[in-house]
Amino acid sequence: MRYLPLTEEDRRAMLAAIGVQSVDALYSDVPQTVHLTKPVDLPGFKSELEVERHIGALASKNLGTGSCPSFLGAGAYRHHIPASVDHLIQRGEFLTSYTPYQPEVTQGTLQYLFEFQTQVALLTGMDVANASMYDGATATCEAVTMANRVTRRSRAVLSGGLHPHYREVIETHGKFTGFEVTAAPADAKGAEDLSRLIDAKTSCVVVQNPSFFGHVHDLSDLAKVCHDAGALLVVAVTEVVSLGLVTPPGEMGADIVTAEGQSLGVPLSFGGPYVGLFATRDKFIRQMPGRLTGQTVDVDGKRGWVLTLSTREQHIRREKATSNICTNSGLCALAFNIHLTLLGEAGLTKLAELNHATASRLADRLSAIPGVTLFNETLFNEFTLALPKPATEVVEALARKRILGGVPVSRLYPGDASLANLLLVAATETVSDEDIAAYEAALKEVLR
Amino acid sequence: MSAPTQIQSERRVLRTISGNKGLQIEEPLIFEQGMKGRSGVDLPAVPPHKDRLGALKRKSDIGLPGLSEPQVVRHYTKLSQKNYAIDMGVYPLGSCTMKHNPRLNEKVARLPGIGDLHPMQPISTVQGALELIDQLAHWLKTLTNMPAVAMSPAAGAHGELCGIMTIRAALLAKGDARKRILVPESAHGTNPATAAACGYEVDPVPADDRGRVDLAAFKAKLGPDVAGTMITNPNTCGLFENDIIDIADAIHEIGGYFYCDGANFNAIVGRVRPGDLGIDAMHINLHKTFSTPHGGGGPGSGPVVLSAALAPYAPVPYVVHGANGFDLVERNGSAFGRLKGFHGQMGMFVRALAYMMSHGSDGLRQASGDAVLNANYILAGLKDEMTPAFPGTCMHEALFNDEFLDGTDVTTLDFAKAMIDEGYHPMTMYFPLVVHGALLMEPTETESKDGLDRYIEVVKGLAKRAKAGDAAYFKGAPYHTPRRRLDETLAARQPVLRWKPEAPKKAAE
Repeated sequence: MRYLPLTEEDRRAMLAAIGVQSVDALYSDVPQTVHLTKPVDLPGFKSELEVERHIGALASKNLGTGSCPSFLGAGAYRHHIPASVDHLIQRGEFLTSYTPYQPEVTQGTLQYLFEFQTQVALLTGMDVANASMYDGATATCEAVTMANRVTRRSRAVLSGGLHPHYREVIETHGKFTGFEVTAAPADAKGAEDLSRLIDAKTSCVVVQNPSFFGHVHDLSDLAKVCHDAGALLVVAVTEVVSLGLVTPPGEMGADIVTAEGQSLGVPLSFGGPYVGLFATRDKFIRQMPGRLTGQTVDVDGKRGWVLTLSTREQHIRREKATSNICTNSGLCALAFNIHLTLLGEAGLTKLAELNHATASRLADRLSAIPGVTLFNETLFNEFTLALPKPATEVVEALARKRILGGVPVSRLYPGDASLANLLLVAATETVSDEDIAAYEAALKEVLR
Repeated sequence: MSAPTQIQSERRVLRTISGNKGLQIEEPLIFEQGMKGRSGVDLPAVPPHKDRLGALKRKSDIGLPGLSEPQVVRHYTKLSQKNYAIDMGVYPLGSCTMKHNPRLNEKVARLPGIGDLHPMQPISTVQGALELIDQLAHWLKTLTNMPAVAMSPAAGAHGELCGIMTIRAALLAKGDARKRILVPESAHGTNPATAAACGYEVDPVPADDRGRVDLAAFKAKLGPDVAGTMITNPNTCGLFENDIIDIADAIHEIGGYFYCDGANFNAIVGRVRPGDLGIDAMHINLHKTFSTPHGGGGPGSGPVVLSAALAPYAPVPYVVHGANGFDLVERNGSAFGRLKGFHGQMGMFVRALAYMMSHGSDGLRQASGDAVLNANYILAGLKDEMTPAFPGTCMHEALFNDEFLDGTDVTTLDFAKAMIDEGYHPMTMYFPLVVHGALLMEPTETESKDGLDRYIEVVKGLAKRAKAGDAAYFKGAPYHTPRRRLDETLAARQPVLRWKPEAPKKAAE
């Protein structure tokens, strides 16, 4: 077996040194009745070539977004990842290193996490950020539990523009860990008023910007309503590239900003692994979940970095920890960090402009098709269309023409007939003029 | 003679102008290298379009630095060289299972049709992806002899949440949520944190003098308000809980459930099936046992296998096989609901499946045997110079206490830091908490006999050096790293969690 260095001769010598007859003897604490004496019923070992063939065959049964025009969003976005990102994250010193608990031999990881925390704070307009969470949905859920701790209240109000998966994750936690969730109905038109749902029990209000349906909102007034009621404003961002062009939540009064960081550096990969971003104000540092990297000096007085404020965390604080999170999304945070470093201020701004331009042009073209209505006054790179027939049928028909035309809203809101004809359409910098023309022609044909 | 003084004077003589030391090159933050207007990415011109941002266009600068591609490549290359990694040598972190990460797994995870799949594509266009998840689930269920598996948890601790929530859902369905969860004192910190996060009172169970759960104490704590127990097996002392079947029977007798922390599954893969032990739920760290890379702290993946009693309470989504091929159940009205956005850590699933297929059923059994053999070889090699925490053989990790350092003034921490200078990542220190000054070593099956012989020689040599009264050497270690011991107290007292531009100096001064 190519991954196992021990030879039979090694094993014999080692057993002799240990003073036992066989490897089985090392399992003597295992009750005899459950100790297997032969391999379980699964296939035998395969060569590298065979494994590649097998997985390649499975891959070929899928239609990848890289091989056809693709307009999918709804919380995960196809962007072009510069070649150097993937090359650098595959350096073994990054890829095969553990959590930086021994800072003297993990300054590389710690420094990029410190840079990552700074980038996230700058992008969101907040004071501080942590070293990452699993994904946008779980980060947003952690924001709610943090708001519950900070306010000592236990009711979260969720916008109808929040990604339904984010809402469902929060509802699951509320149900099992004991907080209340008031979720506003789907806000396809971007016209909801949450203020009537906020009261003296409300710990936080969670909104998404741009919303699940693509609307871009000024949240300043909502922030004021929240703060007057003693509640925190949590803003979730599922398309982090938008922050290159849109006023950041921190400038609109957000207390916690969470985001899905996948758009920068992380491939779609059918939904994971992604990287959750979590940022807040200085005054809440000790209530934050997850790992934090902090600057310090070594015994020679040289600047360096360590994991810090770990008295919040499970490995020190156990049942009193702010979160149970341990392993997070280190390598995806590195990919995010590298991609954003490559872009820089000028690159991110231009990338965001390109996304907006492409989506805006696509919205013009598609909404000009008879029977198709655009729901959005405002948008960044995603919008909602009302079609003259169920969106699921349309998407299936488009897929047969090798166009991934968008996400039917009904997939995330099943059972609501009023949403059945709505389609979420996203366009990033990867969408070409030819792609737009192909989509327009195919949609006309499907709707004919 | 005083080693540190001699070392310090040598360092003074060898100080360089740049502060660099050969291949150890100082590297500033990206924020200290950036120039406005520079970028490492070329993008096409923005075409004319209707502005639809409303009044929400960003008005202020973000503050990001601008670097060209070669600067970026050098920056991260230099950072990478400040890390230790499993690619470089023995990484004996107990409980973390740092094993070789095959590059084949990286290759297949990036294949077109996998790496570029969007999670919300029509189901008809992702049949191969669902089949792959189904195949991985089959391997996991077969290796554990469990009927169901929840694939979506993102890491071990997330799997724990999944398992305890599933247990709570099953109890709530009977109208009996209960109050307490029994957790051994030797447990990972995530266990009590998870139980508490789910609203349970954590009731600690002591270890007996053999390093196992004290069965009598465990049984004495059982009652109708106990929802279940969370036990790691093999446990964090590197020992198999030989009363595990009695523990399972006892918890089931009072109507509770048995959660097993599967962090140490690598010791028993292909040799013991958790389902045969009476376990109701167990997470499997794909990033430990099945070798998806740790990546400096993630991403992980923590599927949770479930017993027949708990299977109906699993979270969505899950893959089913119907008349028209594979389908994904994204909503089923079940008591649980959803734990994570989308469908789980697909990128990790592909890597784990490639790893399992490469080994095969026989190879996985060989791997767990080699992991246990390697740990026992270390234990045997060090037991005379150090002090094993418990008598007898171990499973996949060898645990020592700090008695061998008594009277030396060298602590476990000092000892670990001295290992760094010898070119090794230290073992896990001060965990499990039930052993004083614990040093927990897990070599995994990745290490060769020669490599272990060298490792044992070095660790023995350090133990001898400590006993010889050379405490000052240990207190000053490490000496040869990019940074020496860092002031963690300062970091926590005056937190600096991000870079900020220096305040401009007053012009008149």
